[in-house]
Amino acid sequence: MSISVFRYLLLILVVLPVPGNSAITSGLKKETIDTLDSAIYKSPFYEDNERCFKCHGQNRYEYTNESLDRSVKALMFSERIIKRNYFYQSNHKSFSCTDCHSDQYTSFPHSGELRMEQKYNCIDCHGGDEKFAQYHFEEIEKEYQESTHFNLEEEGFTCWKCHNPHSYKINIRNSENIKETIIYDNNICLSCHSNFDHFQLLTDREEINIVKTHEWLPNQTVHFQNVRCIECHTKINNDILVSHMIQPKENAVRRCNECHSQNSILMTTLYKFQSKEKRRAGFFNGIILNESYVIGANRNEFLNLVSIIILLLTMGGIGIHIILRIRKSNNSF
Amino acid sequence: MYLYPKWIRIWHVLNALLFIILIVTGLSMQYTDMENDSYTVGFAKAVSWHNAAAMILTASYVIFILGNLFTGNGKYYRLRKENFWQDIIKQTRYYAFGIFKGEKHPFPVTMERKFNPLQKFTYILAMYLGMPLLIISGFVLLFPEISIKNFFGISGLVVNDLLHISTGFLLSIFMVVHIYTCTLGAKPSSLFWGMITGYHRSDEH
Repeated sequence: MSISVFRYLLLILVVLPVPGNSAITSGLKKETIDTLDSAIYKSPFYEDNERCFKCHGQNRYEYTNESLDRSVKALMFSERIIKRNYFYQSNHKSFSCTDCHSDQYTSFPHSGELRMEQKYNCIDCHGGDEKFAQYHFEEIEKEYQESTHFNLEEEGFTCWKCHNPHSYKINIRNSENIKETIIYDNNICLSCHSNFDHFQLLTDREEINIVKTHEWLPNQTVHFQNVRCIECHTKINNDILVSHMIQPKENAVRRCNECHSQNSILMTTLYKFQSKEKRRAGFFNGIILNESYVIGANRNEFLNLVSIIILLLTMGGIGIHIILRIRKSNNSF
Repeated sequence: MYLYPKWIRIWHVLNALLFIILIVTGLSMQYTDMENDSYTVGFAKAVSWHNAAAMILTASYVIFILGNLFTGNGKYYRLRKENFWQDIIKQTRYYAFGIFKGEKHPFPVTMERKFNPLQKFTYILAMYLGMPLLIISGFVLLFPEISIKNFFGISGLVVNDLLHISTGFLLSIFMVVHIYTCTLGAKPSSLFWGMITGYHRSDEH
């Protein structure tokens, strides 16, 4: 009987509309709206861009070979494929292709010389512009130049290696779901650090195995799912939202306390944006609790106080008991 | 009288040692500090020791449960319905007042009654409620992927952790009081000796 009552209670608990789910639902709703927004976004250069996307928008392209006077089908080189839906959701969705690429690309076949075209970097457009001042691109550029990635610049490392200009979208400022940000940002690192095809373009080093090099980390999967690579592999800069000073591996954070403490660095890295925006009272570093739980960093202030009171009362009670026992034994002599 | 068989004494001392390790390492994790780590055993070491001690504690808890199921020890934990609260109050009154007036122990220890009603009640709470909660919530912390994601609007991990540290704290308080009440024998040390030798002197409670 009691077991079936328990089962019903459990069922009610499972079926009950959970208030917190509304937060999740609203997150999903927002995302859907965002996606829709992007889907219905109509670029003023849509028609112009289609001239490029017609070939570069998918694997297969088709053109008319005028000297042979026939239509030719071919496969597009994967590095030259730009997905429309990614582009029209990206930060640069309002651009015309020829804003950044040469006008000469409008004629086909493209001139071979165009391959040597000088490509823009972030700072070329975003530097020294009042409109972008709040993002501190100059500071980011300075950090990049001190980062370990800058050493690879001669090998061809640029901003674009991490921030694909055709698909990159600012994540942490817009996302309601920090877990998605973590996946998005970590995939940027993994696109080279766990993809040897990309990795070997920039270095002669042997293939690395991320899982193996992080074997020392307890609960590795949980860490990989809940923090970004850059939490441990960059030097914190309080002036910018996301540090770009990637450190040599020797300087990576290895002490658990750096995150698992009241003054957790996560508050100045992963949760920096959110911690400025909203707070959750009652917990140390409470903002983390919206998404995760970090032992040592998320102590509850109320429980701290209650536990100290209980401990003091217990010790006080024992103390009084001891005193009364001593008095009693003295009296009985 | 021979009240504590060898398996209980070994289990008991193991349980006590593990609990001390778990308290020290648990506090080290909870109150870790980025700059000054000198008053804790260090987070990384605390995690390894806490995990290892918890595994052994879980195994020892299983032994305790099996022991209580298959030996006569389980009968000492059976509650009596009649006069349940009166007996607990009587025992509490004795500890609070009677003991100082030289009153006789209201529930002297016999081969049939190892624990007084208050003792029995707190031991049942600690061993049959506290310990399972502590072990289950501990396993969820060890394997966070099995945690309930959302518990009435709060992260399941948070609820689980609060449950773990609160239960751990209350069981630690239980341990402090338990050790103190063990000084209430004929001599402050006699109950401790009883737990080492297995023999309980009948003039003690």
